[in-house]
Formats: sequence, C-alpha cells, structure tokens
Amino acid sequence: MSDHEYTPTSKAGKWFNDRLPLLTLANHLTDYPTPKNLNYWWTFGGILTFCLITQIVTGLTLAMHYIAHADMAFESVEHIMRDVNYGWLIRYIHANGASMFFLAVYIHIFRSLFYGSYKAPREIIWIIGIIIYLLMMAAAFMGYVLPWGQMSFWGATVITNLFSAIPLVGEGIVTWLWGGYSVDNPTLTRFFTLHYLIPFLILGLVVLHIWALHVPGNNNPVGIDVKKPSKDTVPFHPYIVIKDTFALLMFMIVFAFFVFYTPNILGHADNYIEADPLVTPAHIVPEWYLLPFYAILRSVPDKLLGVIAMLSAILILAALPWLDTSKIRSAVFRPLYKQFYWILVADVLILGYVGAMPAEGLYLLVARVATAYYFLHFLVILPVLGLKEKTLPIPLSITEPILGGTANLATAKNKESSIK
Amino acid sequence: MSEKKTNRRDFLFTATYAVGAVGVGATVWPMIDQMNPDASVKALASTEVDVSSLTPGKTITVLWRGKPVFIRRRTEDEIADARSVKLDDLKDPEKDEDRAKNPEWLVMLGVCTHLGCVPLNDKGDYNGWFCPCHGSHYDTSGRIRKGPAPTNMEVPKYEFVNANTIKIG
Repeated sequence: MSDHEYTPTSKAGKWFNDRLPLLTLANHLTDYPTPKNLNYWWTFGGILTFCLITQIVTGLTLAMHYIAHADMAFESVEHIMRDVNYGWLIRYIHANGASMFFLAVYIHIFRSLFYGSYKAPREIIWIIGIIIYLLMMAAAFMGYVLPWGQMSFWGATVITNLFSAIPLVGEGIVTWLWGGYSVDNPTLTRFFTLHYLIPFLILGLVVLHIWALHVPGNNNPVGIDVKKPSKDTVPFHPYIVIKDTFALLMFMIVFAFFVFYTPNILGHADNYIEADPLVTPAHIVPEWYLLPFYAILRSVPDKLLGVIAMLSAILILAALPWLDTSKIRSAVFRPLYKQFYWILVADVLILGYVGAMPAEGLYLLVARVATAYYFLHFLVILPVLGLKEKTLPIPLSITEPILGGTANLATAKNKESSIK
Repeated sequence: MSEKKTNRRDFLFTATYAVGAVGVGATVWPMIDQMNPDASVKALASTEVDVSSLTPGKTITVLWRGKPVFIRRRTEDEIADARSVKLDDLKDPEKDEDRAKNPEWLVMLGVCTHLGCVPLNDKGDYNGWFCPCHGSHYDTSGRIRKGPAPTNMEVPKYEFVNANTIKIG
C-alpha cells in the first residue's frame, strides 16, 4: 500500500486526504491489481464478508428481543418466532446464516488447499484465517446455546466438559466456565456476552486478513507470482466487483432456499424442547459443520487423547505452510497432490457422515480409519510428496496459457521478451 | 557484550516492573474470579430427599446443585453382581462396599464422567447404566466398564437423616 501515490482531483478531497488518507485507501481498493484468471472459487472471500455482515445485522436485531435468562430465554425465542414482526424471518436468516457462513468458509479453505494459497508469502493470511475459523466455531457454538433448548443445554454440557479432560485443573476450569456446578443461568449470560463480542473480533481479523492479502496480492489458479500491475492483472473495480456480485447473487439463492423453504432442516427438532437438566436427548449431535471434528473426538477411546486429537485436527492446519514442502502452489501442476487432495475431501466428508451416526460398530471403525488418514495426509503425505513428486512445468505468466502458449519454455521466453 | 554496572536506574526499572505486575495481577484476578460460582450458587449446597416410595429395582433422579443424582434401591441380584466383580476387571478400581455403605442404596451423581451427559437406567452391557452420547457402559455399582468415560460415576457426600430421608451434600 505504501507504494501508492494518489492525489484527489477536487480541492476539498485533497484537503481531507492530506489529513486522513481515506481516499488513498479507497483508490487502492478500487485499483487493486488482481490476477485476471481468478475463477469462481475466488469469490468466496466476498461472500464470507457478506455472511459476517448478515450475521451481525440480524444478530443485533434479535438481541433487541431476546432475553438472556435461563427461565426466559426459550420463551423469548418463541416470542421472536410468533409475536415479533418478521421475527421468524430474522431468526431464520440468522440460524441458517450460520450454516451458510460455514458452507462458504469450507469452500474458501478447500480453495486454498487446492491452489496452495497458504504457501509463502501468504502464511500470515492463512494463519489469520485459521484464527477466524476458530472464532467462528466458538461463536456458532455459543449462539446455539442461547435458545436454551435441549440441544443447546446438552451441547453446552458436552463441549464445556471437554476441558475436564485436562489433568489436575480440568474440573476447576469447567466450574469456572459454568459459574456453577452445572450449565445454568450464569453460563447462559456469559455465553450471550461472548457471542455478542466474537463477531466484532472476527470483523477486526477480517480487516487484517485483507490487509495481509493486499501485500503480496491474490494467489491465482495457475499459482505463479504475477507482476502487478501488468498484462496479467485487472483492476479490482469493476472486474472483480462484478464477478463477486454475480457469485454472491447465486449464493443468496441457495441461502434464500434454506430460509424460505426448509428453515429447520439443518437444525435439530430436540432444540424446540426447553432445556431439561435431568434428561439427555438420545442422540446428541452437533451442527453439521462441526461433525468431522466430533467424529475425530469420538474415534479415540481415551477422553484426554480424544480431546487432544480433535484440537490437533484443527490446529494442524496452522502448520500447513510448513508441512507442505512443495514449491509449486497450484494442484493443477501437481498430478499426485491433486489425487491426494480429493482423497482428503472425501475423508473429511466421510468423517462428517460418521460424526452424525452413533459411535458403534462399523461407523466407529470407519471413523478411526478416516481419523488416522486425516493426520496421515498432513503429517506424512504432504511433507514427503513435496520432495518426491514430479510436477508439471509451470507457465511463465498467466497470459501465456491463455494466449495459446506452448509448454516449450524457450518459445515462451521468446514470446515474453517480444511482448516487452 | 561489555560488562555493565548495575546502577540506580536499573533498580528503578526492576522495581517499577514488579509493582506494575502486582497491580496488573490484582486487577485481573477479580475479573477472572467473578466467573466462579457465586455466593447464591454455593448456598444451594444440600438437598433432602424422601425415599420411602422406592421399591427394590427402582431409581429416582433428583436435582442437586443443578445436576441429577441417581438414588437406586438395588435388588439382591444387583448387589451380588456388583460385589462379585474382580477389581482387576475395572478401569477405575473401586469396591462396591466403598461406593454403597448400605448395599441396598446406591446414591451417585447421574453424570457421565466422559462429557457430562445423563446415562440411562437399566441399559448397557452390564445391566447398570448406559450413556447415549458416546457409549459408556456402567455396572450396577455405577462403575465404568466399557467406553470412553475415564472414571466411575461420582458418589457425593450423603447421609440418612432417618430411615426414609437422604440428605445429599
């Protein structure tokens, strides 16, 4: 950003910009050179920003009608659904919005995995992204507790009890988290406070995420460094703005389908029963977006090790830029990695499926194999593959393959020099 | 690095850091401790339960400190079952005699020691309790036999106030 020289045309604009260079920032954001070959998988950053804003706006609205008290929370949610004008709509957008948020974030993450967007020099962007993802899970979990239904209560009980696996201080930490000897009113009020706070932390991190992105610029499907601005780039506005908007509209159709046609399909019927500390529902299942990690937790027969495995499954992602030893970013030029990538996608989907099933018999066996493979992928396959794999030749520029360039490097080089 | 003499300023820095650290600690602690159980929560320490209606083989569940407590009047078979188990077969070895002082009465927290769900009565491979959440099996003494739970269900402090009343806590 520092290399950006910009002078507003109007006198007032110049006066203002000399004192607070907001116009320079706006100009940077519109002119920002973007690789011209970005495909639709690159539109999910914008979609995610939309999801965050939607959650904040609907959440603030719901907070005007919701009462964070163990005796009144359940009723106040029903009050929102039945009495508040358009309360049903706002709540359904908020509840399904969480699922849409995770759907988009998973696509965004797997986009990075395929095109190697986490590799140097973009490690910090990636790590900030993982922190956002962790905060999203915390926010989603605490938000799910607020309606004070059966799944709210028992989900909160099970997840907070994960901390009791910590030797010696575990029980003390759980009591401290609860503010009592079980999940109760003190737990609900603090979860409400944190659920309110976290989205704003995420918003701050999103600013850092985008700032860090704008230093090296976007990765792209070919995965090579591009000179910017050059023949390989287009300005963010209007090119990417229009493409992002179109993708966002498509996404909103899916979003609207869930909100208007099947608003409860992603939830659990048990959560329309008020919390009862004496009865645990027969099947406690977290929301779909946490299922793969839940499957990993259950696949380990030891309590502490199960918790460690589950947390490691998430935290291992932060180490990914160093676990993947390949210099080539995009899977397009990594024939073997491309196959392992799709196996990983299948592995995570399988984990998600068995996470929703009872932990017994064949399901348990499948969960164990899939868990083992998940760690194998990151800890063994990726480091070894980067050293052993025979990669395909990468093009010298984005323009080259688009203009019908040749795999012959010498010709490509000649062509590039002739362009100059 | 050249040898540097300790002077008055170093002392002042160290003293300032030390006082500052104490100040930060004294400010942060109340913010942390306010999340611990408050006086009103702690005040609900004990509950008295009338158990006269229980026949052998029946269990009641009562709420104590927000948690379910199982009170089971065990049958002769269940007691025999629980007492005949070899300690070596147990994941968390504990004699039934130590868990149920009066063998007919088993009083314990109805909280699975895995992740806190309420196990179901008369279920599981050991005819005791079964936790539906992650599949832990408990025997007729509430001891963990199979599954991810690490320890037996906890026996709280309790006493018989008279023949028909149990005071928990």
